[in-house]
Amino acid sequence: MIYTAFIKGKNYRFPDLATLLAKASPRRSADELAGIAAESELERAVAQKILADVPLQHFLDQPLIAPEVDEVSKLILEQHDAQAFTAIQSLTVGEFREWLLAGEHDLSAMAFAFTPEMVAAVSKIMRNQELIAVASRCQVISQFRNTIGLPGRLSTRLQPNHPTDNPRAIAASILDGLLYGSGDAVIGINPATDNLDNVHTLLNLLDEVINQHQIPTQSCVLSHVTTSMELMQRGAPIDLVFQSIAGTEAANRSFGIDLAMLAEAKAMAEDLGRGSVGQQVMYFETGQGSALSANAHHGIDAQTCEARAYAVARAFSPLLVNSVVGFIGPEYLYDAKQIIRAGLEDHFCGKLLGLPMGCDICYTNHAEADQNDMDNLLTLLGVAGCNYIMGIPGSDDIMLAYQSTSFHDALYLRQLLNLRPAPEFEAWLNKMGIFNGHNCLANDQSKQRFLNQFKSLPQF
Amino acid sequence: MKDAWHSLTEFTPARIAQGRAGFSLPTEAILEFQLAHAAARDAVQQNWQVEQFNQSLIASGFETIQLNTLVSNRVQYLQRPDLGRQLDQSSKDLLQSYSDSNYDLVMIVSNGLSSLAIDQHGLNLLKSIDLAFQNSPLKLAPICLVANARVALADEIGSLLGAKSAVILVGERPGLSVADSIGAYLTYAPKLGNTDAERNCISNIHSPDGLSYSLAAQKLAYLTSQARLKGYSGVLLKDDDVSSTYIQQNFA
Repeated sequence: MIYTAFIKGKNYRFPDLATLLAKASPRRSADELAGIAAESELERAVAQKILADVPLQHFLDQPLIAPEVDEVSKLILEQHDAQAFTAIQSLTVGEFREWLLAGEHDLSAMAFAFTPEMVAAVSKIMRNQELIAVASRCQVISQFRNTIGLPGRLSTRLQPNHPTDNPRAIAASILDGLLYGSGDAVIGINPATDNLDNVHTLLNLLDEVINQHQIPTQSCVLSHVTTSMELMQRGAPIDLVFQSIAGTEAANRSFGIDLAMLAEAKAMAEDLGRGSVGQQVMYFETGQGSALSANAHHGIDAQTCEARAYAVARAFSPLLVNSVVGFIGPEYLYDAKQIIRAGLEDHFCGKLLGLPMGCDICYTNHAEADQNDMDNLLTLLGVAGCNYIMGIPGSDDIMLAYQSTSFHDALYLRQLLNLRPAPEFEAWLNKMGIFNGHNCLANDQSKQRFLNQFKSLPQF
Repeated sequence: MKDAWHSLTEFTPARIAQGRAGFSLPTEAILEFQLAHAAARDAVQQNWQVEQFNQSLIASGFETIQLNTLVSNRVQYLQRPDLGRQLDQSSKDLLQSYSDSNYDLVMIVSNGLSSLAIDQHGLNLLKSIDLAFQNSPLKLAPICLVANARVALADEIGSLLGAKSAVILVGERPGLSVADSIGAYLTYAPKLGNTDAERNCISNIHSPDGLSYSLAAQKLAYLTSQARLKGYSGVLLKDDDVSSTYIQQNFA
């Protein structure tokens, strides 16, 4: 369908829904690189005005990619809850925005009434404060060995990476993180290499640390899903299966995955039965621009592609999902303004679609951003009720060569917004003398017992 | 004040046990971080003296070919990854003149996001790779040098040469702790349109804290021979080499 308008003496014409969405998208370098962005501020504002009048029903009637050629499109239609949708069926995108802001509706019951394209569309005509306010009303709780996403809680992924995966170096960073109260979302290592023996060694290390100290958390080595599957067959102690995912079948193929493969991996990990309070075994990462980077975006803008990735994620009831928002670089998100906007959009879209969203609040050294910008996004996402953030020693990932949030940053949000760790983990921190019972670090003396215990690991 | 476990910093260059002021970092740690960020930002902008590098290779007995992408300057390189994935016309013509040489492997070197990385480690890494392939029957193409390339440029170079495999050594983006790291990407049967799932990556090659030249070279030789044996590279080609794992280096 063609979308047209006559505004300020000029005719505007957008040949299809994908074009309209791209032109209405807040400015970002990814869409400019793809040649699909608005060519002027006026064209963007006009596209947003037209988009606001599009009925939500159009997104069901006009799939952005035909379901016959794209399994993500097919999945989106299969997931759709037509029954719940009846409550919003008659709304346009603009009316949907007001429906969300009215604050009168239970959003969690509506997660599958919304499609990725609907939430992406409405986000494009919402201001940052609205993305924050609406997302803060969505609670998504997930469980494996603890409970993540409860109100008033903030979890952290402890990310102890090292450029050669040296177990002793990694153990030192883990200890540092635990002593700062980090690690309840997951202790998750990005391996420098997918070498099977190497990944197996790291999995054993994490299993040993968690078991020896009875830490109510889960581990993950973020290798390719096929590596995790091979290692599960070899008996490796895998809590969570990780995979990067994207919003089109072709982009997922460029990652070497498809939906069937993810389903198989999930079933294998569930069979291991390693969870205690829950069995949500999947961990996904995403990021705007990944489909473009794989040359697999089908003319769809980066933010809408990203929301489509969340349809993939929610098909597997994950424990954790986070956008790695600034990781991809300035060709996709040019500066802090774009990174901050994208971070808020991703959290909003993910939460509306029913995902336990965290965020890797981050930037690379070739982007126009710095740690102050991350402080801003960190604070905004804290207010928005983000489930978890990253914890990296001093914000500096010495293997992936980018900067994220630190153990200290989590302390900042905890103190400022009175956000506590997952309850099981908080109890453990208090018991070990790491926290003082009041959501604050204890003094060094009280940590000494745990420190001595930890140093008895064979790695030291 | 630093933390009681500060002695553990001997095991890792990570910014651990830095201590705190309230919830935040001590002043010294904050200023050190900003200094490192400034240095990394400057490193990204640094141009590559490719002719100088070329001379050092020739002096060490390597045969080379110099190529160009469509990128005209460093700022454009950062903003237009598509241009860094394409050769200019004269480079294409030059490569076509080598196309009946039946090469098994072409090695490509580019500064990527860190000119410093290639200047510091490029020559030594190539020497180690040369050594690792010494007893191999593979026919190697001259080393292709090309400034401001993206990884996927290896597909075009490999296919124009008709090489069975392509490896690109490229400067990785500078981090705060390491600004001179090299990544190596292997693609079997390189052709335009290869996806990242069809590549194997060996990252974090730098000294002294990264993957050593010799282990990187061994791993590359292992993956290249496995790719030839199986007829593919990428996520399905698992690195199952127990002889050259990092464990060797980590516990050496």
